[in-house]
Amino acid sequence: MPTSRLRTTAVFAAVAVVASLLAACSGAGSSGGGKKSINVLMVGNSQMTDIQKLTADNFTKDTGIKVNFTVLDENSLRAKVQDDVANKTGAFDVVTIGAYEVPIWSKNGWLHEVSSYADKDAGFAASDILAPMKTAASGPDGKLYGIPFYGESSMLTYRKDLLAAKGLTMPEHPTWQQVADIAAKLDDKKTGMAGICLRGLKGWGEMFAPLTTVVNTFGGTWFDQGWNAQVNSPEFTQAVSFYTDLVKKYGEPDPQTSGFVECQNAVGQGKAAMWYDATSGAGKLEDPSQSKVAGKLGFAFAPVDKTKYSGWLWSWDWAMPSTTKKSDAAWQFISWASSKKYENLVGTKLGWSRVPDGKRASTYDIPQYQQATSAYYKLVKESIENADPANPGVQKRPAIGVQFVDIPEFADLGDKVSAYVDDVLTGASSVKAALDKGQKDAEKVGALYRNK
Amino acid sequence: MTATTVEYAPDVAPPRRASPGDSFRARMTRRLPLLPALTFTVVVTQLPFLYTIYISLVGWDRDHPELGKKFVGLKNFRAVFADDSLRSAVLVTVELTAFVVVVAVLIGLGLALLLDRRFFGRGLARTLLIAPFLIMPMAAALLWKHAFYNAQFGLINGIINGVRGWFGNHTPTAWSILTDHPLIAVALPLIWQWTPFMMLILLAGLQSQSGEVLEAARVDGASNWQIFRSITLPHLRQYIELSVLLGSIYILQAFDAIYTITRGISNTTNLPFAIFETQVDSGDYGLTSAEGVIVVIGTIIVATFALRLLSSLFKEGTR
Repeated sequence: MPTSRLRTTAVFAAVAVVASLLAACSGAGSSGGGKKSINVLMVGNSQMTDIQKLTADNFTKDTGIKVNFTVLDENSLRAKVQDDVANKTGAFDVVTIGAYEVPIWSKNGWLHEVSSYADKDAGFAASDILAPMKTAASGPDGKLYGIPFYGESSMLTYRKDLLAAKGLTMPEHPTWQQVADIAAKLDDKKTGMAGICLRGLKGWGEMFAPLTTVVNTFGGTWFDQGWNAQVNSPEFTQAVSFYTDLVKKYGEPDPQTSGFVECQNAVGQGKAAMWYDATSGAGKLEDPSQSKVAGKLGFAFAPVDKTKYSGWLWSWDWAMPSTTKKSDAAWQFISWASSKKYENLVGTKLGWSRVPDGKRASTYDIPQYQQATSAYYKLVKESIENADPANPGVQKRPAIGVQFVDIPEFADLGDKVSAYVDDVLTGASSVKAALDKGQKDAEKVGALYRNK
Repeated sequence: MTATTVEYAPDVAPPRRASPGDSFRARMTRRLPLLPALTFTVVVTQLPFLYTIYISLVGWDRDHPELGKKFVGLKNFRAVFADDSLRSAVLVTVELTAFVVVVAVLIGLGLALLLDRRFFGRGLARTLLIAPFLIMPMAAALLWKHAFYNAQFGLINGIINGVRGWFGNHTPTAWSILTDHPLIAVALPLIWQWTPFMMLILLAGLQSQSGEVLEAARVDGASNWQIFRSITLPHLRQYIELSVLLGSIYILQAFDAIYTITRGISNTTNLPFAIFETQVDSGDYGLTSAEGVIVVIGTIIVATFALRLLSSLFKEGTR
């Protein structure tokens, strides 16, 4: 009977459609996997790719918990985590978030507090975590909302051999003017050697991380204490002019495409003589298996102008979204990943210069670590201890943050203004035009807070 | 095409249409098989769109959950129309799409004409030419950005510097496509990817040409150019129209190349990327949805005109 056969087929098809829809829904809700598995979303930095390699043979073997990693670049990661936690999809049990997000997100109720876990877990040794890192991972209520995985400040990396060949020396605390003079001498268009590599990639967390520290030490700020925008103030303008001139004259080609990773590669491949960036970038450069310039590098404090230190303060923290249903397993993973034991594992398996450092005081006492990072470990520790998120420049600030302003609107503002500065780098715009546009955007943001 | 009237042979019944005489039950039975697909389409396309329209009328900021969701009327739409950067994104979209489609069709036509001849290794050549189309767009964009465009390691500047070296100039060139021609830098990978698609459609058109007509033309003493101009090109017309239409639909949505190669700086932000950025950066769901709704309305208007124009061309072509 054709009719009844048709009807049966239709019923089957309808059932199949409904079933697939249900499957899709449940997939989004529980995000698949068995009871003994967790989903981790993290940023694609080298410390994170290391843990991805080591998890199956160590953590999973010991605990039986399978870990599914999703790795994204910094910009997409933030958006993904934000959408996930803000809409409570609960796709991830552990996420890496930065120092910028912890205070804002914990206030929004998106994160599960971890103080209670850290206090109960005797093997974790929470008292060993460096004080500035703990502060950076705490919410406004004083509880911990993230556990630092690695912490960093910023510093200047330079090629000792190239400076020596020209009879130059780098002071321990260089000024920006000294750095610019040395860059001019090291820059060699014939061999394609850039005098300095500085981030120009669009993004508040890319270009504006180093650039805001330059603004700070030149006496500028995004906002004054009364939330008045200061983006086209003389100091901010001077800092941006200095930075863009330096990159355009003695920097890497196509600076608008260079971020942390690109500059790290340029230095590692011997195409840039200096690099002002995160302290955590040094480990890979000092590893002979990944870098052509290992052993040839010298390190100096973040260059300054009007302040004594100018290094930034950043940490990548493990956090649990408030939507996770596997918080115990998630904590087990976090506790392992940020433990002394894991640092030791990385040291012995991958090399001591690749240890996720900058979070535990005890890391700096390990003899093998000291030996592997002798060129910079003291400098890094001193930089982290002297970074002051509450007071990073020459004037009082309305919100905390060294290389950022800790309000949710800053990401959008920083991204927009960095795109204007990219137009300066490509020659399409003047510094004044770019910052006048930026000032308008900043005024809109300032007005939101002035009226509060 | 030759004008021939097709008559149905008496033993072949024309496709059945519903007639008023059919009972309700018979009509429903005929439609039932379509129902699952229809339901599915409605569920996955129309319901989200209705929800998007609803969100576009709401003030909903991801970063400020304390403000809640409030009905704000057309405020989001006013904000979209007041935004200069979106207007320039529309212009970039048109420029990029037109450039990529025209170049890809021209190169695709050239390649199709070459592939239409018999030669040794034709199958291999065809497979190799299709290869770019099979590569993931993101992988292709990364390949172009790092392997071809990079000013220090990339192939393009490597070749330029090599040629300069032969002439005794060993200073690497300061020219870089990413800085000097960012929109072309975005367009090249798209052209590279979509040329094989155009080539395949046009090749299918060429191979459906009647050999007898071409032979007759040759017997009448027509030159190769005359044959191409007066027979092949008119025959290909509808195939070219089809490839332009499909190509435009896809290139309008270009995203991977822009995200990977320029991040939308230096005036390379097209509409899809602009909407993506609004959502990612500001987290304002209402504003993003309003942008999406406006784009859908714009697309419907443009597509209606384009389709009407094309269908009239098709009819002319078959007359």
